[in-house]
Amino acid sequence: MDKLTNQLVISKLQATFGDKVYNFSEPKGLLTLETDRETIIDLLMLIKEDEFMQFIYLTDITAVHYPELEKEYAVVYHVHSLIHNVRIRIKVFITASDPRIPTASFLWNGANWMERETYDFFGIQFEGHPDLRRILNMDDLGVFPMRKEYPLEDPNRVDKKDFYFGR
Amino acid sequence: MSKPITRISSNAPVFEDNDPQEDLITLNIGPTHPATHGVFQNVVQIDGERIVGGVSTIGYIHRAFEKIAEHRPYYQITPLTDRLNYCSSPINNMGWHMTVEKLLDIEIPKRVQYMRVIVMELARIADHIICNGILGVDTGAFSGFLYVMQEREFIYEIYEEICGARLTTNIGRIGGFERDFNDVAFEKIREFLVRFPPVLKEFQELFDRNRIFIERTSNVAAVTPEQALDYSWSGPILRATGVDYDVRAHSPYCSYEEFDFDIPVGTNGDVYDRFMVRNEEMWQSMRIIEQALEKIEKEPKGVFHADVPAFYLPPKEQVYTNMEALIYHFKIVMGEWDAPKEEVYQAVEGANGELGFYLISDGGRTPYRLHFRRPSFINYQMFAPMSSGMLISDAIINMSSLNVIAGELDA
Repeated sequence: MDKLTNQLVISKLQATFGDKVYNFSEPKGLLTLETDRETIIDLLMLIKEDEFMQFIYLTDITAVHYPELEKEYAVVYHVHSLIHNVRIRIKVFITASDPRIPTASFLWNGANWMERETYDFFGIQFEGHPDLRRILNMDDLGVFPMRKEYPLEDPNRVDKKDFYFGR
Repeated sequence: MSKPITRISSNAPVFEDNDPQEDLITLNIGPTHPATHGVFQNVVQIDGERIVGGVSTIGYIHRAFEKIAEHRPYYQITPLTDRLNYCSSPINNMGWHMTVEKLLDIEIPKRVQYMRVIVMELARIADHIICNGILGVDTGAFSGFLYVMQEREFIYEIYEEICGARLTTNIGRIGGFERDFNDVAFEKIREFLVRFPPVLKEFQELFDRNRIFIERTSNVAAVTPEQALDYSWSGPILRATGVDYDVRAHSPYCSYEEFDFDIPVGTNGDVYDRFMVRNEEMWQSMRIIEQALEKIEKEPKGVFHADVPAFYLPPKEQVYTNMEALIYHFKIVMGEWDAPKEEVYQAVEGANGELGFYLISDGGRTPYRLHFRRPSFINYQMFAPMSSGMLISDAIINMSSLNVIAGELDA
């Protein structure tokens, strides 16, 4: 059997999705790419069901908050092809005013809690999720605590600010 | 005036209509319950002793480690990882060190890698001892638990020689270990290799052909490989279903590719298979430790960290006398080191499965974002769906065999 390389994954994805997949990079050898929320489910379905690639194992779903970007939230999927032992990281950037993304929980049952956790901490709305409730925090928390605007400590404390260290 | 009572035959229904025996009962198992070994709440609907449906509520000991980690320099995050899976904290510590070393491109000397392998495999044994011992307790066999607990105590003594702590170990630093293993530590590791096999053998003999144990566990909570992969299971419970996915073999770290060990897999995915897979993994861990000790002999003595003065704290006596050491000491303690703007994902084979660290660095003193892929959190997800149709007592041994650790579940 041929070996699955990052280049092969890129060419296969570009053949199907064209310019809907972009910003390819390989930090530490792990293929990272971006797509938009209209394409993400089709993309996940393709790489999961492709007979050669077989990215059947969903390692993780999480999100990152970049307040300075126009599209503030990145939803990050780590998917693993066990048969080739290749990992892939897919990012979808979405805006803060409309933080919606379709759910992957009908592709993998394991995505259910991962998406609930992401919703709980970032407020990302996974559309079509069967049970989108808070999971680790209390139900009446009212905020999404992993967003950068929610301070961990007293926000007036300045002795830990980076500018004191020349940054 | 006398009134004759109506005698009810013993078989007659007590209620003619609205029989409460037909109603389902809602039962709260947990948050604190002696059978759950931790803070887990499951609200189940039961029909007699059979579970009809249930919901797991988690998060009772959520401590916001991911948020705290965004405000701590890298070296202060190691104690947080201790408290994820506190039954095998050295694996978490090493996983975190390796993540940062991957980010900083630090090459670790072979001897240090072998030392790490020893510590991680000891931790795996300690974790599996607890899981299998508790599984015995939950099936009604208390004695096995007590036999092996003595050996876990001995592993903790080895930790004490290595780092001074027992449970939340905080072993090692980014770049290596804080000190070399002393002679007593090596001696105790060798002694452990001699004294543990007979105990493990005895423990195994108590269970693996025990009729009561087999009937209690075999075909209980059997899971197919397809279901397990669908729920993103990893670790011993995935291997019990027959999928040979082990991070140590798939994406070797710490020179695991140089070691000769087998990956035990089950066939049925039931509680009995999980027990046997964990037992066999302990034997394999012993093999790995033996090989690691041999390999260490061939490496230059006294090497216990990488030569990276910009990231590894200098010895204290040099800090007071040597200018450069003072500068590096100050820079490291203040978090003033040059981390590249990059993101890394590093996975290690924790005792419960793939423990992943997804670290995004923006070059600052603290991680921009750190996400733990916690195997217990992901493995526990199937517990409520798979419990429906089970007896309560089966669901309880199913939970023990999943080995869900509350600290890792809630992070």
